[in-house]
Amino acid sequence: MRLLPFIASAIATVSIITLLNTQLSIGTTKSPRLGYFLSPQHGFWKNAEKVNTNFDASIVAGELKGNVDVYLDDRLVPHIYAEHDKDAYFVQGYLHAKFRLWQMDFQTRVASGRLSEIAGADKLSIDRFFRRLGMVYGAEKTEANINANNPEMKETVDAYTAGVNAYISQLDPADMPFEFKLMNYAPENWTPKKTYLFLMFMSYDLTGRSAASDLQLTNTRDFLGYDLFDKLYTNNQDSLDPIIPKGTVYQKPSIVPIKPINADSAYLHKSLALDLNNVEAPVAPDKNNGSNNWAVSGTKTKSGRPILASDPHLGLNMPSLWYEVQITTPTHSTYGASFPGSPAVIIGFNDSLAWGVTNAGRDVLDFYQIKFKDSTENEYWFNGKWNTAEKRTEVIKVKDSADVVEQIPMTHWGPAMYDAHYQNPQSKGRNLAIQWTAHSSSTGVETFYRLNRAKNYDDYIKAISLWTCPGQNFVLATKTGDIAIKQQGSFVARWDRQGDFIMPGDDSSYAWQGMIPNEENPTIKNPERGFVSSANQKSTDPTYPYYLGTASSFPLYRGISVNKHLTGMSNITVEDMQALQTNNDNVFAATARPALMKYLQVDKLSTDAKRMVNEMSNWDLVNSEHSKGITTFKIIWDSVSKAVWGDELEGSLIPLTKPDDYVLLDQLLKDSNWSIADNIKTKDKIENFKDQVTLGVENATKKLVELEKENKLEWSLFKETRVMHLTKIPALSRMNLPIGGGMNIINATTDIHGPSWRMIVHLTDEIEAYGLYPGGQSGNPGSVYYDTFVDYWAAGKYYRLLFLAKEKLIQNERTKWHMQFKKSNV
Amino acid sequence: MKYITSILLSALLAYAVGIYGNLPWWSFVVTNFIIAFSIPIKPAHSFTAGALGVGSLWAGLAFGIDLSNNHILSTKVAKILPLGGSYVVLIFITFLIGALLGGLASLTGSFLRNNK
Repeated sequence: MRLLPFIASAIATVSIITLLNTQLSIGTTKSPRLGYFLSPQHGFWKNAEKVNTNFDASIVAGELKGNVDVYLDDRLVPHIYAEHDKDAYFVQGYLHAKFRLWQMDFQTRVASGRLSEIAGADKLSIDRFFRRLGMVYGAEKTEANINANNPEMKETVDAYTAGVNAYISQLDPADMPFEFKLMNYAPENWTPKKTYLFLMFMSYDLTGRSAASDLQLTNTRDFLGYDLFDKLYTNNQDSLDPIIPKGTVYQKPSIVPIKPINADSAYLHKSLALDLNNVEAPVAPDKNNGSNNWAVSGTKTKSGRPILASDPHLGLNMPSLWYEVQITTPTHSTYGASFPGSPAVIIGFNDSLAWGVTNAGRDVLDFYQIKFKDSTENEYWFNGKWNTAEKRTEVIKVKDSADVVEQIPMTHWGPAMYDAHYQNPQSKGRNLAIQWTAHSSSTGVETFYRLNRAKNYDDYIKAISLWTCPGQNFVLATKTGDIAIKQQGSFVARWDRQGDFIMPGDDSSYAWQGMIPNEENPTIKNPERGFVSSANQKSTDPTYPYYLGTASSFPLYRGISVNKHLTGMSNITVEDMQALQTNNDNVFAATARPALMKYLQVDKLSTDAKRMVNEMSNWDLVNSEHSKGITTFKIIWDSVSKAVWGDELEGSLIPLTKPDDYVLLDQLLKDSNWSIADNIKTKDKIENFKDQVTLGVENATKKLVELEKENKLEWSLFKETRVMHLTKIPALSRMNLPIGGGMNIINATTDIHGPSWRMIVHLTDEIEAYGLYPGGQSGNPGSVYYDTFVDYWAAGKYYRLLFLAKEKLIQNERTKWHMQFKKSNV
Repeated sequence: MKYITSILLSALLAYAVGIYGNLPWWSFVVTNFIIAFSIPIKPAHSFTAGALGVGSLWAGLAFGIDLSNNHILSTKVAKILPLGGSYVVLIFITFLIGALLGGLASLTGSFLRNNK
């Protein structure tokens, strides 16, 4: 033996193995273990799927009651034919796992505050936020409730869970999804709790904005004083076209919420003088989370049969939130978009009817200020005495670091999310408890389970009456000709402005005085106008007897646009509905542009500004992909807004909410001498709209000229719509998509947000349905099916959805593969 | 002949231990070590034999996978790593890592046996 060379060589070998087997720090992120990652038999190469992969398979699973046949069509959509309902959910779980396992793991990690466990201390602020928000608490309550009271749902979720785990248990580590290898961790077993955590996340995404906006609104109110606040953040929306047509008469309310006697002094006008800038939420749901849906009755269609359209607007992510599936069993047959992480079809249709949802936007989350007796936080003051606060312990595991333990005091309101341990030292010991309907155990997926099986309007009403959070506008169209829409959820019977700001937590008169009974939720069936619709606007006019929440939660203009178009249409076809769902008309600009022009002093403008105004004036008011007019309009509008209220909001150390566009537009239309127009920083001069609009245009021109130089004046180049991978890695995302649309537009596609599942269903004898989402059925970035639908989606095109009985589907030319699930080999 | 045998055996055994997803990715280090210890050739030759064996196995497998994948994933990974999105560079790096470790493992085995 040559000892020294041997030792040197051995040390070199071991060192290089160690180096290539370690995650290296690159900035704030970590590399994969390079040797492992590049090994063609272990690492990412194993995820490079053959472009002509054969998905035929035969799977034996002892958990099944009978046989299940799955046929995959040319878009990789599975059509599940099961002899037993529970078997169908087992297979749905298996398929979700087979095609979307990493995403299921990651999304529930976010929801349950477990990112630090895989990504290290960098993610602690997000984890702590979700833990303290009570995400795990809410999921546990739902699970306990379903386990105790709802055997049918428990069996359904259990079957789904078993299916996910059947896939995981046979998974060779070398074949686990790409992202696990990239981030260097491994899948763990699914549990029913993870399904409830995922649904909690949807509640957060659609109602959790208040967790940030209630604090911001309170800050803004404190900064401006209530009177000025009420002008800039007015709840009056002059141009509102509500979901339930104006003039509808509402029944006498069964609850008349009473505003506390001291509300003016102790709540509305009371400044809390909070120093909350460091307790800004590290994350907040997108303000644009919303959707369109509508149904037109046979009286307005060419075929005489209803047509339903639904497109939920959410963050545009890859892998997509949605996964298409058909489920057919002896009890029902349904098709639509499902959530990887949950059984059943969420937005879709069956052989009798179709349904869709949009977000209700109602306020179901409030903060209460808490006074603890001492630093132990074991007792808090309420109704004149000290009450006990139990502690809820949440342990956050942190990669390469010690566990972080949260002790959250639980008040009768809910978790004391913010306390001495969760905010900065300057916040002077202020404590905030959170009350949120998502914390009251919900019925989970039962509504969708029943909608999948619904035969008619009555079934639909029964199914959705179980729905509590997040509040949704459920639209319906049936083969028998009914159309309907109902805003459903567990909604608080509020007095005016109750819960817009942090409320006193020591006084029971600020508590929720009841939940609005389901029968009083806004609803309409077969209206005379021949259509029902919703686009996240307020559901009712002000004659509805309950307060809906702050108006800035309710976008106005998409609803106006949808209703204007539907009112004018007749002899409607599926193609007309596709055109409407992808429509780019800008009704906001149609009103706002002339309002701006009315005040603009063109003669005072520079040459460049005149040129930009000209560009805006010649614009066809359509947010099309190549339009430069919309970019010009948008920048000018934002600049004018800033000129009008920038001075009022200037100088705050805490982040304030920007007033909504409708406030300024309504004032431009009716009051040329609005006091807010004056720049309060100029003592010697009183500015009016003429001055501010002209100034705004001149300021905007600087930015517009810059954009012009960068060749970014075209709308899609300016807007940069992208579908981002959940890790935000650009290489795994689809960047710079050629698509128009935008805020206030029916085609609500902004930069990272937009129509996440477009569906149109024609309720003919054999259902004729179209749809797609910006993604692909496979979550594997190495699959040709990873981003299959993205370009089609951007182009505003649709796929015809295959919804067929088994015999017909087998013979269909688009059917490609067959997966057999058997109970045993015999 | 011993040299060619070393290369082929090294590739073959590296492939065989790589089939088992539960074994560590560097298991070929052990097989290369044993081959080099068992087949008497010069240390320098052992190194190149081990390097060529594992390196060409890795490059070959990666190349084949990449071809039937139309470079979909390799192009993305070559942007993440970052290698300018070049699958050619990525396959070359895959070769280098396999070759380097394979060669070193064989060299170590060779030194253990070799008395000169």
